Amino acid sequence: MSLELFFQYLVAGITYGAVYAVVAVGFNIIYNSTGIINFAQGEFVMLGGMIAISLVQWLPLAWAIAAAVALTMLIGALMELCCIRWLRQPSILQMLIITIGISILLREGALHIWGEGIRSLPYFYGDAITAWTFGPVRLSPQVVWVLLACGCMVAALHLFFNRSTLGREMRACAVNRTAAALCGIKTRNMVTLSFVLSAGMGALAGCMISPITYTQYDSGAALALKGFTAAILGGLGNSMAAVAAGLLLGILEAFSITLVPLAFQDAVAVSLLLLILFIKPHGLFGSSAVARLKAF
Amino acid sequence: MVGQMRTSQAKLGLLVAAVVLVQFFTSITGTEYYLTQLTMAAYYGLVVIGLCALMGYAGQISIGHAGFFAIGGYISALLTTYDLTPFAASPVVGLLKQAGLLFTWENLYGESLLTCAPWTAGLAAITVAALVALVLGVPVLKLRGHYLAMATLGFGTIIYRMVLALPAFGEADGISQVPGFVLLPAGLLSPGAIMITGESNLRIFNYYVAWTVLLLGLLLLLNLMTRSRSGRALRALHGSEEAAEACGVDTSRAKLQVFVLSAVYAALAGVLLTHFNEGIGPEEATVMKSVRYVALVAVGGMTSLWGALIMGVGLSFLSLRGVFGSYDDAVFGLILLAVMLFAPGGLLQLSNRIPWRRLWPATRHRQS
Repeated sequence: MSLELFFQYLVAGITYGAVYAVVAVGFNIIYNSTGIINFAQGEFVMLGGMIAISLVQWLPLAWAIAAAVALTMLIGALMELCCIRWLRQPSILQMLIITIGISILLREGALHIWGEGIRSLPYFYGDAITAWTFGPVRLSPQVVWVLLACGCMVAALHLFFNRSTLGREMRACAVNRTAAALCGIKTRNMVTLSFVLSAGMGALAGCMISPITYTQYDSGAALALKGFTAAILGGLGNSMAAVAAGLLLGILEAFSITLVPLAFQDAVAVSLLLLILFIKPHGLFGSSAVARLKAF
Repeated sequence: MVGQMRTSQAKLGLLVAAVVLVQFFTSITGTEYYLTQLTMAAYYGLVVIGLCALMGYAGQISIGHAGFFAIGGYISALLTTYDLTPFAASPVVGLLKQAGLLFTWENLYGESLLTCAPWTAGLAAITVAALVALVLGVPVLKLRGHYLAMATLGFGTIIYRMVLALPAFGEADGISQVPGFVLLPAGLLSPGAIMITGESNLRIFNYYVAWTVLLLGLLLLLNLMTRSRSGRALRALHGSEEAAEACGVDTSRAKLQVFVLSAVYAALAGVLLTHFNEGIGPEEATVMKSVRYVALVAVGGMTSLWGALIMGVGLSFLSLRGVFGSYDDAVFGLILLAVMLFAPGGLLQLSNRIPWRRLWPATRHRQS
């Protein structure tokens, strides 16, 4: 493998990995506040891209993206308000199946609104062949956009959870819901907020990646599976580890093309997922002692 | 317990009567084409009751049962269509032929093929599915809730990718021209061979074969779940895994047994339906199919094999008739969501809230 090709794969891997990381962080935010895995996480990414593509016909690109993110956040909030909030002591199986049902409805809704066609946002700067060259590395401006957006999101989230009162209240909820409620935190609102946050993050990532990977009504399912793989790889609930794991997964997947046919690329991530689940279900960076205390 | 058995027998009698009545009705009114979809729906029902045993009794979710169905169908289809004539001279093929594991048949173009006999192929396919379930189940069933769901989802995705990408499995086209599953050779009872096939002159026979398989499957599960020691262990497991373990139940072993059994049910359905449809395509292996089976179990009531059977067959039949049109998948998503939100015990459970006894005074007397 030439050096140029090596960097090409690396850049592609990091780009996809950044999106997986954002999806994984989205999984973790909801998991921490409710203890459920939101199977509709990938659909947020798809919706963000799709709505922005529709709006960009009438609005400037930046406004279209902002509106798409806001709308997806609204959908996330509605999802929690209509389907999760009023359940009394739902079992994990029940919540799991509910989010699966929602993901199917969102996907089928998208199919009927936007059809089966593959769409994409225009490149934010230049076009598909614009590239900046740094020695052996050729970088598309869109890749920079993706990395910048994902990096900023993760950093902002980190600050939010550690510095702001609201973020700390959410963390308190994640640690112990009853105790948080006793301290006067409105735990139910925190759950809604977690859905809104992770919907917004997913939607923004969906807009950023759309010019590169295109958006289709069913592109959410694969993203959810890979995002979940990243979340597990980093240890469920650990957001910063999920970012590292997401990048790692993206790079692994990009280099796997040199070994296995393209048709099996999805299978690579899934095999990795199964392997981790079998060997180290608490994640590469997690500790088994902590994992045992959690109710999966 | 005796009462439970009696109601179970009464339900079975009702179901058999309904199956026979439907056949008479369609024959009289000349609408026998309904039987084709009812046959297919019965095979899907077999997958659903197997999954119901896993979800309702062992409390484990699997979003990968379409994978087991596809393993059964695809392996059986591959073995019964792969022509061994070029290798006829080799000693291995000769040995297999002498052992009666191979058979010769003519395809649509009149070419003579030497392939595995459907019995051999079907058994091989089910064995593979059982082994895969065993290998997958040992590590996966140690996990709970989300992990198990994602692991089985991952398994289903891998199977889907494999059938879609491997030329041996026909890629996007699947495998077609699968021969009928011969039950009785030609000339024994009737001039033609009696087999599981889509031919319209054997339609009524196939309808009864499918329902016999389904009802036998149901009876076996009912017996296992309600009367055997392992069935009681499973129900204890569903209530509380810790409590069951404290009572000396080997929980991981019990879970593994049901997982393998439900995989065998799915694979058997895959084998038989593939011969009935004379082919199989990758759409049988999609994740959406797996989710659909989960939806059917949920709507029938997780812990009710009867509910799963009736809802599984009924909704599959409507879907096969194309009642839901292009909203097919959406309908199943909506069902899944609505049932879990409003009636987590299943649709039939809702009827328990209706005061039947007051409407029908005679039953009050007998039940008290």
